[in-house]
Amino acid sequence: MTDEKQQPDPKEPESVASPEAPPDVLTASQWKLMWWKFRKHKLAVWAGFLLLVLYFVAAFCEFLAPYPLDYRDVDYAYAPPQPIRLVSEDGIHLRPFVYAIEGERHPETRRKIYTENTDERLTVRFFVRGESYRFWGLFETDWHLFGVEDGGTVHLLGTDSLGRDLLSRILYGSRISLTIGLVGVTMSFVLGLAIGAISGFYGGWIDNLIQRFIEIIQSFPSIPLWMALAAALPDTWSPLQIYFGITVVLSLIGWTGLARQVRGKILSLREEDFTTAAVLGGTGQWRIMWRHLLPSFMSHIIVSLTLAVPTMILAETALSFLGLGLQPPVTSWGVLLTEAQNVQAVAAQPWLLTPVFFVIIAVLAFNFLGDGLRDAADPYSK
Amino acid sequence: MSEAATQQQQQQQNTDRPLLKVRNLKTHFPIVKGLLKRVVGQVKAVDDVSFDIYDGECLGLVGESGSGKTTVGRSILRAVNPTAGNVEFRLSNEYVDVAKVEHQQLKDLRKRMQMIFQDPYSSLNPRMSVMDLIGEPLLAHGMKSRREREKRVRELLVQVGLKPQHLNRYPHAFSGGQRQRIGIARALALNPRLIVADEAVSALDVSVQAQVLNLLQDLQKEFGLTYLFIAHDLSVVRHICDRVAVMYLGKIVELADVDRLFDSPKHPYTEALLSSIPVPDPNHKSERKLLTGETADPSNPPPGCTFHPRCHYAEKKCRQEEPVLREIEPGHFVRCHLSEQLKLEGMKR
Repeated sequence: MTDEKQQPDPKEPESVASPEAPPDVLTASQWKLMWWKFRKHKLAVWAGFLLLVLYFVAAFCEFLAPYPLDYRDVDYAYAPPQPIRLVSEDGIHLRPFVYAIEGERHPETRRKIYTENTDERLTVRFFVRGESYRFWGLFETDWHLFGVEDGGTVHLLGTDSLGRDLLSRILYGSRISLTIGLVGVTMSFVLGLAIGAISGFYGGWIDNLIQRFIEIIQSFPSIPLWMALAAALPDTWSPLQIYFGITVVLSLIGWTGLARQVRGKILSLREEDFTTAAVLGGTGQWRIMWRHLLPSFMSHIIVSLTLAVPTMILAETALSFLGLGLQPPVTSWGVLLTEAQNVQAVAAQPWLLTPVFFVIIAVLAFNFLGDGLRDAADPYSK
Repeated sequence: MSEAATQQQQQQQNTDRPLLKVRNLKTHFPIVKGLLKRVVGQVKAVDDVSFDIYDGECLGLVGESGSGKTTVGRSILRAVNPTAGNVEFRLSNEYVDVAKVEHQQLKDLRKRMQMIFQDPYSSLNPRMSVMDLIGEPLLAHGMKSRREREKRVRELLVQVGLKPQHLNRYPHAFSGGQRQRIGIARALALNPRLIVADEAVSALDVSVQAQVLNLLQDLQKEFGLTYLFIAHDLSVVRHICDRVAVMYLGKIVELADVDRLFDSPKHPYTEALLSSIPVPDPNHKSERKLLTGETADPSNPPPGCTFHPRCHYAEKKCRQEEPVLREIEPGHFVRCHLSEQLKLEGMKR
């Protein structure tokens, strides 16, 4: 009994548990130990939670966004953000509101100048009917998470040159930007795992050939290679096909690092005593691969995949920003940023840069998550 | 009692028919260089080793690090492929050359010969439970029913002194000595005749070493096991082995019964090894014949007797002519030109 009291956290994973340790530690599998260790990395847990929120937003963006993707408020091109307020001249209000904005042409430059009309408060309401859209392409509806009464506008992050709501477009864009990383990484994962495993498992001239091939791919400067591959995509393709094509392009370059890691792991694990023991016990090659080698480096693979996702997101953003990746009407964060290519536009409409913050948040969250996973990946190390 | 008696009888019958005959075993590792993997040399880890192991005995294999003793053990089990030579294992009264058999037959052979590893940490996959670890060889050899396997694993756990209810624990829940017991249980799972114990107790605490050694001896008695006991700790070897082979630089330099070897060694290297054993007597004035220098490079062994650069007695002949392993007394083999002339000291009691 006293022994139990000495252990403050009964689920503390230890390299060698004392015989008095509670039975669930003793029979805990690798994944359980990893989870316990990961849980202690608070930043990573929060990052993981944030990512869950981001993906949730991406999944339900039609409902969460106040406007549909291509809805244009023709009178409100380049409208500045309307901040949500609780305090007006009349005092504090219980319900959040925005001020209506009014545009006026500048007499000389013909540019529209917007001013807040502090007399007209537009109360932000939840679950309102607005513009209609097709939810997941399945059914038509006009429910939105929030909005203002008819006739008013709520552009929390402003609008672009065509008067489209930037927040809505960022939410829609997250769908593409966040999934292109996952899809691309999944494809590099399959490629890297298969090619790396062949290389490490068979060795000899196959290994040599694959490794030299990887070196050639890695020595290509990435942006011209992307350009070449993106240019090779036929322009008759639909936006969806282009999207798919871009992920293929990204993963065709991205698999090499993973293949190297897999090969290295297999080469070292093949020499481990437990592999020899399995061979001597008569275990077949296939089972050794699946039961002994693969689980031993799977945790590391997951970590490097997590860290590869932000690279993919950044690559897509960069490609699209340069006009080589996705093209309008497909909307991703990179595509949204193409509007901010012009210095004058950025100077006059700085809110066009807001997609950058979403990129930063997503990339940082993936990196912190990967950090925590890396620490948890080997529960047997001290 | 009767079991031991029949065992002895069997041993008598089998003096001419050892369980394992190793003949001129050579395991060389190529040294490759450059992009094209050009072979620029050979590490002769095991160079022309021959010995017999008889049923029910424990043959010790000792030597310094790098002498090739582990490679001998692994070559016998084909964990590494020997370069040349024969490893003949008696399987139902016929000898099968382990070094040459094909895949399926090798698998059958390995039912009869198993290995215990040095490092109880790296030899158990941390991601598998005890049940899966010990049950794996059973599964590989066709025991498909999980219930049947579980029964056998429980039985094995009891035999090696662990609790059968620890079945679902993972290796991280066990101490080094307990892990080694798991390794022993795994080796025993297929009812082998021969067990190669590769430094099986070197990584353990001294007190745990004794427990594991006693377990090995008990198991030997119970199941009539034969051991090839690879070690560098001579006092452990003296405790458990019947005969001892001393290896130096890939070759056996001396092989004799354990008492004969410890009392009157015939090779200067054996003498030096024995004098390195500490004597538990504060008044003992030591005249240790300590070895100087290091083991020679096995890819570039010295000419003549490979031990001559470190030998206190080396003569001109030793530098030029390589000695052969010869039987100077019945059952006592030595690879030295000068064995008859030298008065070598054994271990002081």
